[in-house]
Amino acid sequence: MSVQSIAFSTGQLAEVRRLQGLYPDKRGALLPVLHMAQDTFGYVSLEVEEYVASLFGLSPAHVHEVVTFYTLYFRQPRGRHVVAVCHNLSCHLAGAPLILAHLKERLGIDVGETTDDGRITLQAVECLCACEAAPMMQVDDRYEMNLTPDKVDRIVEALR
Amino acid sequence: MSEKILSRNFGVKDSHTLKVYRETGGYTALAQALGREPAAILDEVKKSNLRGLGGAGFPTGMKWSFIPKNHSGPVYLVINADEGEPGTFKDRYLLERDPHALIEGMIIAARAIKSALGFVYIRGEYVEPWRRFTAAVREAYDAGYLGQGFDIVVHRGAGAYICGEETGLISSLEGKKGWPKVKPPFPAIKGAFGQPTIVNNVETICCVPHIINRGAAWFAGLGSKTQGGTRMYSVSGRVTTPGVYEESCAITLRELIERAGGVSGSGRLKAVVPGGSSAPILAAHEIDVVMDVDGLRNAGTMAGSAGVIVFDDTVSIPEALMVVARFYAHESCGQCTPCRESTGWIYKMCHRIVEGKGRKDDLDTILDVAKRGAGTTICAFYDGAVGPYISYIEKFRGEFEALCQR
Ligand SMILES: Cc1cc2nc3c(=O)[nH]c(=O)nc-3n(C[C@H](O)[C@H](O)[C@H](O)COP(=O)(O)O)c2cc1C
Ligand code: SF4
Ligand code: FES
Repeated sequence: MSVQSIAFSTGQLAEVRRLQGLYPDKRGALLPVLHMAQDTFGYVSLEVEEYVASLFGLSPAHVHEVVTFYTLYFRQPRGRHVVAVCHNLSCHLAGAPLILAHLKERLGIDVGETTDDGRITLQAVECLCACEAAPMMQVDDRYEMNLTPDKVDRIVEALR
Repeated sequence: MSEKILSRNFGVKDSHTLKVYRETGGYTALAQALGREPAAILDEVKKSNLRGLGGAGFPTGMKWSFIPKNHSGPVYLVINADEGEPGTFKDRYLLERDPHALIEGMIIAARAIKSALGFVYIRGEYVEPWRRFTAAVREAYDAGYLGQGFDIVVHRGAGAYICGEETGLISSLEGKKGWPKVKPPFPAIKGAFGQPTIVNNVETICCVPHIINRGAAWFAGLGSKTQGGTRMYSVSGRVTTPGVYEESCAITLRELIERAGGVSGSGRLKAVVPGGSSAPILAAHEIDVVMDVDGLRNAGTMAGSAGVIVFDDTVSIPEALMVVARFYAHESCGQCTPCRESTGWIYKMCHRIVEGKGRKDDLDTILDVAKRGAGTTICAFYDGAVGPYISYIEKFRGEFEALCQR
């Protein structure tokens, strides 16, 4: 990605200003704007951090500190889909290790990696607070619940 | 079984819409509250014995009364919807199925504390609840409930358990990493953006319209002597029908497990985590305990977020502790040395114990480190980690020793 391509559209810039105006101090909008930036540019590179910093009059170092603190900001390109398997207690009791092993084998990648075709990034994450439906995982925006290896296969199959 | 209050509409189609909410009595409490003085609302909430349902169990009315009386600047109301305590999922249900209850509760609470601006901090992973809640806020604006002296900003987090801790949440809301802050000053004195701020859990605020509509005495009578109301217990692990169960705060743990269909797996109970993963574990013989804040405190554990995780007797306690320890190692924000260092090392030790490479003195090392670090850190996260470390090992030491060859 070239540096020049990192810019919001006019409409997005208006949205940034709207978000900034919602908070007593415009900095409050940093997390929402970083979400926007990630949705727009695919991931939060150092260049994106610098760009977002400029929109807030913040130092790039501050933005970097924020970006690296949270798990939902990707600092490297991710797959077209992110599959995040919960491996906390209730899911563990319900067979999360099995689900993870199954996915690793099926996708041929380890946790934290992306398939060669750029289709799927696999993650193991802490409690997503849907423990009543353990084992479960998040696929992009969606919660997929009460998983079995078969169900996982069907879900992964449908991801293009 | 107690009357359903907070979850009364969960089975109703389109319960998240303004239309259904209104049809089922929604926004009638607001109409009443607008005719009352802020002090009278606060008094009603105090008398209801409502206690914070996010984790600490602090009396809600008392918290509200800490806002400085003569403060001339803004006061903020912040809703903690960063639900992240392992084993807890009730706020997700409330956001998705009854978002207007939270909005109505917020407008009433804001009147009591004289706030014109509220924030709802929703965990980043909760995309669907965030959409639902955002749509409800829009409806409430269109209907004129919001924007008449009180506004709501819906804020999305970005993945960090520690942002559930109220001062970490405030840091995050201010556009920083979610580092907790030293208290005092408490948020009610100096909170978000440097102004007096009340941080309350989703479920806590969802109780408020009912207290106004049906009175403090009624609400207090639903619960135990020192905690009013019902509570949404999240029940998971080895039970027949995991889910959210709304019950009186005076229910016992034994009864609650029965509500969830009883122990599954082998059918024989080994242990229960009664209040989210940070609550010390209870052994099978300790379940005749009342599930309110004081009952669980007297039993040496805590009500926490009311996330109940059930273990049948096939569950390996050392393995469970390893999973829990991995969580705390991952989520420590790293500010305090005891927390940052111990959570990492204790996870490694638990891991090696489970792998059969542990030493018998590892157990005493973990206990010693945990006990010495407790109470020395900026926030209660580390105390929350220490609870499981100590209780799992002390109550099930034999199981750990059996894995330690040397
Ligand atoms: C590590 C940690 C995590 C917490 N996570 C949450 C949470 O996810 N949701 C919540 O409402 N409270 C959480 N709390 C409690 C909050 O700090 C705070 O007490 C609560 O939001 C106050 O609301 P209440 O009085 O209505 O319970 C957490 C506390 C700690 C120490
Ligand atoms: S106790 Fe742990 S989580 Fe809390 S501030 Fe200290 S290092 Fe951070
Ligand atoms: S343990 Fe997996 S959703 Fe809670």
